[in-house]
Amino acid sequence: MNTTTSRSLQTIVFVFIAVGLIALALGGYLAPLSRIVLNPIIAAQTWISQRYQAVQELVNAPQDTARLRQEILQLRDENSQLQAQIIELRQQLAETSVLSALVDFARANPENRYQAAAVIARDPSPFLNYVIINRGSDNGLRRGMPVVTQQGLIGRVDAVTAGAARVMLITDPASSVNVRLEPGRDAAVLHGQITGDLSLEMIPQDADVQAGDLVLTSGLGGGYPQNILIGQVTGVRSREQDIFKSASIQTMVDFDQIEIVLVITNFRPIDILPLLPVEEAP
Amino acid sequence: MPMATLISIPVFALLMILQSSLFSRIPLLYGTLDLFLLVLAAWALQKRVQTAWQWSIVAGLIFNFVSALPLGAPLIGYGLSTGIALALRRQVWQYPLLAMFAAVFFGTLITHAVSLTALRLVGHPIPVLEANMASTLPSLLLNLMLAAPAYALIGDLAARLYPEPLES
Repeated sequence: MNTTTSRSLQTIVFVFIAVGLIALALGGYLAPLSRIVLNPIIAAQTWISQRYQAVQELVNAPQDTARLRQEILQLRDENSQLQAQIIELRQQLAETSVLSALVDFARANPENRYQAAAVIARDPSPFLNYVIINRGSDNGLRRGMPVVTQQGLIGRVDAVTAGAARVMLITDPASSVNVRLEPGRDAAVLHGQITGDLSLEMIPQDADVQAGDLVLTSGLGGGYPQNILIGQVTGVRSREQDIFKSASIQTMVDFDQIEIVLVITNFRPIDILPLLPVEEAP
Repeated sequence: MPMATLISIPVFALLMILQSSLFSRIPLLYGTLDLFLLVLAAWALQKRVQTAWQWSIVAGLIFNFVSALPLGAPLIGYGLSTGIALALRRQVWQYPLLAMFAAVFFGTLITHAVSLTALRLVGHPIPVLEANMASTLPSLLLNLMLAAPAYALIGDLAARLYPEPLES
């Protein structure tokens, strides 16, 4: 009986001690004591763990290096492929935007039929402003057909082969286009220059031409259809002793950056040469 | 037709593609590099080459096939340039690179003068002073810049087609 009672008392005392310790721990009163006990243990654990990791890295290093190198190569390969894709997509985006603008232009001018073509080369002579396009007589192109972009007239077909055509730009020194100025409706002739600039000649002295006037094809002479936009007047030169005024114009087309063009295939130029008076020999 | 003449056809066809698709799009002011002239001058100045005239004819014909220049103008321009290069080969044969620079210098002036004259004859006169400032001088600079590399490249081609005879 005594033995049983003393064990029960021991158990109760232990329980009270345990509860007391837990209560002290929860109350934070044992923190200094636990710090003294745990700090050396934590330090020892840290030291052993670091040494273990170092040994593990040493053992696995060659494998890891090889794997990393392989990953780097793979990533570089993927990177270069993605770069190429980006360039290709950018190019496609640029082409799409140009084509979209050309489609808009074609929709806005439904009276004409168009053949789209890409500019593939320029005339090798520095004195001539011609481009070569990748559509020819097989695609219905004929000599004299006007060539436009969404920004306006750029020239006309000068020579044709089965699969390509040469286009004389309006900036060529040999090019001349009969034009009309808006809103005054005055007639003039547009000439190209070796520098790629454009000048308006033969403007009547009494014509009211202002900077900002629009320049459109007049259709006179039968070389081009009428009402195709060319550009805007930027400045007028006039001298009293001259019969005609002249003017400089700015086109919307960047002739150095033409990539895709539209050929107006339902326009046939009219040859008026037989109608012109011929000087008879004395 | 000898091999050395036949090979000029693919050579100038390739040069025409490069000239019209690439070099004509990268002008200096309004002047462009003339690959045909460089190759013709370098070829004519090679010691053992005997087909310089044939090459100038092929060059003139191929150029005229693509360009809108009046018929025969490139043929005359390149023919005269080749003649000058051959004359220089005889006169200054000890200094081939100097001869190359001289041939390119005079060749550029001649081809441009012939082009301008031909355009004037067909009724498309271009102001000479403006043409010289905008086109001829920049072209001259570009051609002279690439004269030495062109001479070296064509020298290699000539060495393959006209190998030095073995001394017995």
